[in-house]
Amino acid sequence: MAAVEMNAGSPSATEKLRRRLTSGRMTAALVLLPPALILFTLFVIYPLAGSGVYAFYDWNGYGAPTDFAGFENFERMAGHSVFQQSVMNSLKVIAVSLVVQLPLALLLALLIYRRTPENTVFRLVFFLPYILAEIAAGLIWSFIMDGNYGVVADLTRALGIDPYFITSDRSWAFTAVMVVIVWKYFGFHMMIYIAALQGVPKDMIEAARIEGASRLEVVHHVQVPMIRPAIIVSVFFSVIGALQVFDVVIPLTNGGPSNSSHTIVTYLYTFGLARLKIGYGSAVGVTLFIAAVAVAVFYQRLFMRKPA
Amino acid sequence: MTRANLIRQILRIGLLCIIASFVLGPLLATVLGGFKSNEEIQTSALSLPAVWRTDIYAGILADPGFWRYLGNSLIISVATVVLTLLIGAAAAYVFAQIRFFGSRMLFSYLSLGLMFPFATAILPLFVQVRDLGLLDTYWAVILPQTAFGLSLAILLFRTFFAELPKELFEAAYVEGCGYIRFFWRFTLPLSTPILATVGVFVFVQSWNNFLLPLVVLNSREAFTWPLGMMQYRGEYAVEWNRTLAFVTLTILPAVVFFVAAQKYIVAGLTGGAVKG
Repeated sequence: MAAVEMNAGSPSATEKLRRRLTSGRMTAALVLLPPALILFTLFVIYPLAGSGVYAFYDWNGYGAPTDFAGFENFERMAGHSVFQQSVMNSLKVIAVSLVVQLPLALLLALLIYRRTPENTVFRLVFFLPYILAEIAAGLIWSFIMDGNYGVVADLTRALGIDPYFITSDRSWAFTAVMVVIVWKYFGFHMMIYIAALQGVPKDMIEAARIEGASRLEVVHHVQVPMIRPAIIVSVFFSVIGALQVFDVVIPLTNGGPSNSSHTIVTYLYTFGLARLKIGYGSAVGVTLFIAAVAVAVFYQRLFMRKPA
Repeated sequence: MTRANLIRQILRIGLLCIIASFVLGPLLATVLGGFKSNEEIQTSALSLPAVWRTDIYAGILADPGFWRYLGNSLIISVATVVLTLLIGAAAAYVFAQIRFFGSRMLFSYLSLGLMFPFATAILPLFVQVRDLGLLDTYWAVILPQTAFGLSLAILLFRTFFAELPKELFEAAYVEGCGYIRFFWRFTLPLSTPILATVGVFVFVQSWNNFLLPLVVLNSREAFTWPLGMMQYRGEYAVEWNRTLAFVTLTILPAVVFFVAAQKYIVAGLTGGAVKG
């Protein structure tokens, strides 16, 4: 920024301007920068560092942590079947995102990326769930899936079978959670794809068509390769998002039945915070942190290499 | 050819309508549920109400608790937006305008927040907020939210500020305008598009936040609407119509806000994402 071209006539004028620009600079930096640094350190870095320390203690959060436990918290966590299940569940969310959610989002984006009035309406409708609070989405769906009252109740009655409570069924409860996640987020990924598809030059598509390419071939050989950066970003969002699922689960299953539908964060909340086992919960937090950073670093190494 | 096109168009619209009903069905059932008796919900969740009861909605709208939840959420969200914009823009301005030793390092430091989910530090954050004596205050939610929002805000602001014409600053400086005044008088007013985008985004996140308020707010007086909604659900467990009416009334402002601000929301999501 100091290398800005200056159009002042004489060298002395340039020099004068430069000197004046330097004075007052430090004052400005000293006034404008500290609020961000202080707040960020106090409420992001300090707690994060705290996690790294508390994770090695057996601590209920009162007084100073003195009961050093070494890796005990981590060992207990790794051996806890509910934790293992919660990791599996988070992996399932990633799998469903990749296999169901993103292809659905891409299909819809291809169907409605052109700017027409009816496409605008569909775009708004599909994006709508994204704007709702996750907690509201979870609550709405816990009604829909209620075996006595909801739409599921309508269905079982129409089929003449007994009421069915999907969120109390050990083998299907987490599937219910994933349905809601897809419902809530496919529109978000669709929007990313639409923005990218609108940036694909029209003449490229037309040229391919003139050369005899079918619609599917255009999608496969022109449009999808052209929006690769958007796909990479949206996969990244869904992986990072899968590690953070919490709000949706609480009203739907609250981690149940018999702790079968926990995600890493609901596990952290239920077995760490709700029982005031700050040390144990911190160990879970540290593990989640390492997972998130590892994903971010590896993913960027692999796919997001930018031209400096 | 036109016939094939017509068939294709019909198939396309048909598929879109099926998916749209999957999206809208649950929302519709929710809105309608608030107008029905529980017996009616039990016999048919999706149909129009036989009798449109308005007493459930009216009851919630007359409940001062409902308005307090919304008020708390509004205060917290507005304060978070104002703080994030002011503090974030100030820091980004320094990074964009002033070269000094350690600038890159500090910028990387402040970007660390982009790396990990908020939930990882929630336990120590709870301890920290408690030890500062902030539990059950608005600040308990506002300050951590602002701190966690800063990373993205600073990143976006810095990029925008760096693209503002340099000549403007030089001219203003020759006229005797200092760095801080320039920030206040020129940089901020010229940056309304990015301020609006970030502001809308921060607002929605704060408005919908559940985990942090759940952890740091215990008294009903301080509850934000998501906490109030769960409380309400717990109290009227079998009366779905009350819960559904409550949900409807709280998502309504979100939908209105979304339609009004969608330009910024979509720009914030896709613009940043696709370029990244």
